[in-house]
Amino acid sequence: MMNITLRIRRFNPETHDEPRYQDFVVAVEPNERILDALMRIKRFQDGTLGFRKSCAHGVCGSDAMRIDGKDRLACKTLVRDVAAKGGETILIEPLRHLPVQRDLIVDQTTFFKRYRSVKPFLINEETPKERERLQSPKERMAFDDATNCILCSACFSACPVLEENPAFLGPSAIVQAFRFLGDSRDQGFEERLPVLDAPDGVWPCQNHFECTRACPRSIKITKRINETKRMIQTYKEGSRCP
Amino acid sequence: MQHTFDAIIVGSGGSGLYAALEVSGQAKTAVLSKVYPVRSHTGAAQGGISAALGNVEEDDPQWHAFDTVKGGDYLVDQQAALLMAEEAVQAVYDLENRGLPFNRTPDGRIDQRRFGGHTRNFGEAPVRRACYAADRTGHMILQTLYQQCIKNGVHFYDEYQALDLVLEGKRCAGVVALELSTGEIHTFQAKTVLFATGGFGRMFKITSNAYANTGDGPAICARRGIPLQDMEFFQFHPTGIKGLGILISEAVRGEGGILRNSHEEQFMARYAPTLMDLAPRDMVSRAIMTEISAGLGIRGDRKIDDYVHLDATHLGKETLQSKLPDITDFCRTYLGVDPAESPIPVLPTAHYGMGGIPTDNRGQVICDNKGTLIEGLYAVGECACVSVHGANRLGTNSLLDLVVFGRRAGRHMADFVNHADQVPVPADAADFARQWISRLTDKKKGPHGGLILEKMQTAMMENIGVYRNEADMAKTVKQLETLREQYGLVRAQDRGTSFNTDLLELIELGNLADLAFITAVSALNRQESRGAHSREDYPERDDPNWLKHTLATLEGNRVKLDYKEVDVSIWTPKPRKY
Repeated sequence: MMNITLRIRRFNPETHDEPRYQDFVVAVEPNERILDALMRIKRFQDGTLGFRKSCAHGVCGSDAMRIDGKDRLACKTLVRDVAAKGGETILIEPLRHLPVQRDLIVDQTTFFKRYRSVKPFLINEETPKERERLQSPKERMAFDDATNCILCSACFSACPVLEENPAFLGPSAIVQAFRFLGDSRDQGFEERLPVLDAPDGVWPCQNHFECTRACPRSIKITKRINETKRMIQTYKEGSRCP
Repeated sequence: MQHTFDAIIVGSGGSGLYAALEVSGQAKTAVLSKVYPVRSHTGAAQGGISAALGNVEEDDPQWHAFDTVKGGDYLVDQQAALLMAEEAVQAVYDLENRGLPFNRTPDGRIDQRRFGGHTRNFGEAPVRRACYAADRTGHMILQTLYQQCIKNGVHFYDEYQALDLVLEGKRCAGVVALELSTGEIHTFQAKTVLFATGGFGRMFKITSNAYANTGDGPAICARRGIPLQDMEFFQFHPTGIKGLGILISEAVRGEGGILRNSHEEQFMARYAPTLMDLAPRDMVSRAIMTEISAGLGIRGDRKIDDYVHLDATHLGKETLQSKLPDITDFCRTYLGVDPAESPIPVLPTAHYGMGGIPTDNRGQVICDNKGTLIEGLYAVGECACVSVHGANRLGTNSLLDLVVFGRRAGRHMADFVNHADQVPVPADAADFARQWISRLTDKKKGPHGGLILEKMQTAMMENIGVYRNEADMAKTVKQLETLREQYGLVRAQDRGTSFNTDLLELIELGNLADLAFITAVSALNRQESRGAHSREDYPERDDPNWLKHTLATLEGNRVKLDYKEVDVSIWTPKPRKY
């Protein structure tokens, strides 16, 4: 065990006007998760510390936060990833571009609203010819990467474009759109076009790659955004669905 | 605040969302969820969902049903298991039609793989029955169902914690919940309420379960006098990452992975000569603990936290990457190990409650051994007990349970609301919930919830685990009595109203403590070994005395025990060999 300091940005709108930073010294093993350290603080030092968590192994997307300035999942970041030895201080802050509700808890309403706006569901009103819609392994793998998204908002926080243009659709919503645009069974390209081809749709992305670096599910987000842009261009040039 | 709906669904995992899809088109419906819906623990299910599609080799729903019954050590209600196996086929096609991206065979059909306890022709050899989407099948099911809910405009109340059930005699009138963002208590009047609150594995120290898996639905029912069924049967999944409990899917063994002891021996060959590493989970977990106590664990010190190796090195990088990518990622992240190069250190982890709220095969809650219904109240998924899993659930049957019974319950609720009236909600309906919250936040000094939780989880892990005995279980029952008394004095440090997660944790602790108590008493009572309930002092299954379901009713500081018949109308119970 070793002692590290978590310097946590605290904010309770009920009692404070401004955020402040509070240090907690906590004993950890290098192989433990940052989430384990946060739980130890919550259960044995300060019950008022607010953060979300659930699965604790990087699949539910509850505990995305900024750890030493990087957007990560607390349950998928080990102590040894951010602190080489005892005595070090790790900065813990809420995600950016979303309003803070309490400490590390942010209001994801905007994030989910943009997700919903791309119609993130299979659009195909034809009755399947057989009991299952056939799809080759190659067609299936074409959008595999995008199915990994857990809607954690890490990319939304990491995106520099959202810093300048808060109305930008954002990386995750585009990945979710791509997940269906790339699916051979889907026929919803034209239905999604008004949202994607809007001025705040796919076009503001400037290939900073910050989303790709932040994604805890290793989705090649920037690449998917560029593929989506190309699909739209191809459609507009030839007026046909990709 | 008071609301009125036709149907309220508590929980937004696979079963809750499926039910919501069925009922929301027909009736005014809302889903209450303690987490954002896409955070539910269905999303953590990995390996697959079984259905006898026969896409890659011959299969039959009868074989699937038989495997389910035998896997459950004959405590399964057989007609319910047959129904599940038969409806599985259409359920999987429905998921595909709704967009679920299953892995595919070369000819474009849903691909299928092997899983523990699933066999061809009543036990001859393993069969490829599990339909899968890489090793994130649950994630895909959860995403697909949530996507469909968005498409169909299902109304969600996100981050609402259910606190109580409103009953008028044997009729459900609504549910009481806490809005986490404001601290406000809401009463939802409803003709019908469905609990789909998931598991309660957080009563154990080492578990694959999420922090949110605190058995809120069953605990609420227990406090309202509804008995819980078969709570002594809790599954320990054989392959959790040592120390962390994070699940390593059975699909690793389905694809050919092998468990090895310190001599690098494939020890399952000695315990289950036919199915070997693909024997049911209860048998594999016992085999691992037996190897460890014989000094054949990797360290060899016979301690309870020694471990064995899950060897996937011979599967090749390509198979691991295409069929088990998340597992590969977990191993790299949490162990710094590449499963293509080194074996994975594993140990049984508390995984799945076979027991829960007793229901019929339409999800309607039953409150005694005579089939008496609580009219309008439903339960599905892990929190319910139909019972299709009996004493031990087969891998992939949990996802199947969710979609089959979620759909059945949703459809029945839609019918029910058409001919049912609202029941008036009494003015004091939220009083119990209010008193509970005000006691926890009344600014008095009280013991710390964290310590009570740790003691409970440790006692359950050590004494109500893979192997059990009278003395240890009796000690744990006593300890849980004390911890429940101490819980009565606990106070939250946080007295705020908005996002008081300290309060939330204490509510969850109360639920877990009640369920742990019922589980321990039920386990102590059952003097036989069956499925996941394995007693050192009663090592054999005892059909003459114990081929019956337990019904455990919480009555203040004690648990009253009763029994219910098992449906064995298709297959006569036989000794269970693999």
